[in-house]
Amino acid sequence: MSTTTTLAPQPVSLAPLAPRADFPLLAAQPSLHYLDSAATSQKPQAVLDAITGFYSTANANPHRGAYELSAKATDAYHDSRITIARFLGAADTDTLVFTRGTTESMNLVANAWGRTHVQEGDEIVITALEHHANFVPWQQLALAKGAHLRIAELTSDQRIDLDHLESLLTSRTRIVAITQVSNAVGSITPVAEVVRMVRAKSPAIIVLDGAQGAPHLPVEFDALGIDFYAFSGHKLLGPMGIGGVIGTRARWLECEPWQFGGDMIEWVNDHDSTWNTLPHKFEAGTPNAADAVGLAAAVRYLQQLDMTAVREHEVALLEAAHARLSALEGLHMYGPPASQRSGVISFSLADVHPHDLATILDQHGVCIRAGHHCAQPLMRRLGTNSTARASFYVYSDGSDVDALVHALTEAQRMFAHTPA
Amino acid sequence: MSDLQELYQSVILDHNRKPRNFGTLDGATGTAEGKNPLCGDQVEIAVQLDGDTVSRVMFTGHGCAISKASASLMTAAVQGKTRAEVDALFDKFHALVTGRADEADITREALGQLVVFSSVSRFPIRVKCASLAWHTLRAALENDAAGVPVSTE
Repeated sequence: MSTTTTLAPQPVSLAPLAPRADFPLLAAQPSLHYLDSAATSQKPQAVLDAITGFYSTANANPHRGAYELSAKATDAYHDSRITIARFLGAADTDTLVFTRGTTESMNLVANAWGRTHVQEGDEIVITALEHHANFVPWQQLALAKGAHLRIAELTSDQRIDLDHLESLLTSRTRIVAITQVSNAVGSITPVAEVVRMVRAKSPAIIVLDGAQGAPHLPVEFDALGIDFYAFSGHKLLGPMGIGGVIGTRARWLECEPWQFGGDMIEWVNDHDSTWNTLPHKFEAGTPNAADAVGLAAAVRYLQQLDMTAVREHEVALLEAAHARLSALEGLHMYGPPASQRSGVISFSLADVHPHDLATILDQHGVCIRAGHHCAQPLMRRLGTNSTARASFYVYSDGSDVDALVHALTEAQRMFAHTPA
Repeated sequence: MSDLQELYQSVILDHNRKPRNFGTLDGATGTAEGKNPLCGDQVEIAVQLDGDTVSRVMFTGHGCAISKASASLMTAAVQGKTRAEVDALFDKFHALVTGRADEADITREALGQLVVFSSVSRFPIRVKCASLAWHTLRAALENDAAGVPVSTE
């Protein structure tokens, strides 16, 4: 280790965008530095109140009872759909189908659209950047249908290689499924460019994985020109177990139901059935109304903060963290520059394995993720099994960056100790 | 010594940096690969049996300091032991890293150098790191073509 650096670095002065006091878990643990928001975000009191409020004042099964309480539950669920769809820029709010999250959304599209539209010899294009949730459903669909899975490779700073992506597009490409923001390294996809390419070269539908996009960037579904947009609620201040997929009405009309049961039917005869309309056709069973209400509260909270400000806050944190981390000897950061990256810093430290880092940082009150980030195809291309990942959100501030850097220095010192 | 310093004590850091018996084993009688799907850690264990006695164990793979040091110290600890003795030692090691050594009346002497892993029990998330090599060794011994299958009792 270098012994020449004796100057203590200046603390990073960056206030949080959202007060920690709004988040009960953070308020109760003032010394906790939660840098794993890309895995799941913390929840503001407003979200917890909305969920409790639903169960204490409006709890009944939506769409069922012919009584006032059930109508209240139905309205709460319906209003949440409108709030969330508008937040993501979809004017036709019934084209938002609720799911458990991005994983279920991808499985929905793969089954409801993919199974009837992908034939033997067709092609599905994904990228090497994808989370397993936007990788395995397409891999398995291709295997089941005898279709070819094509994987767009990456640039040396882990952005999608657009030239390679373009070269994969043909008249046989049926689906292009691509992430909006990489969960593992933070790269932001230039969606408009991808859409232009796909439309020019193939008849494929475009499925965007917004799990890391919706929480961190302003999203206008109607302006994106894509076919499906999947997202998770728990990464954008909402509860776990709720998310959704927005599709164009034209695409939804091409879809077959993928789960069967209550709510999704119009009429059940002995030997066949007919289906309910959008969005209910794709929401079999009792809906997760309480969490939809919670997610709508999360969305209102983010709207108050303003998504442009959310993005600016993350860029400021990224730049500060990047400057401080660059000064650490033996630290390697993956991913593109801050302007093309979301609030995620994936890195490795020479001689200290990411799991050991996570344990040591944890002892300093710093929570980071270590591992393959559900992106093993990407890890293979990075030539590693795991990286360490710190991720920011609206409640993150300069002290989180300081704590991260301090704990990393301690880890280095611990591992630099030469045994007798 | 803090919990952290005890977890990353010098013996463990030393075996992490300079793992013993690291590499492939010519003339292995049994091999197995172990993976921790949660974190992507990987270890391959190759074992050479002389009758019922472990004459040599080597390992390769990628992992954290705890898993590497554990594999390294394990290769030394099991050398010259019968399969039943290896099994018994794994049971003791497992009791140690899961914090049950005292209630199981396992002495420090019975564990030898493996006792450096005692603080793993205070980091429950890391128990898998410490035991991956041992589970894989057990599988390698079961895969041994020349040997009698290991009892599951």
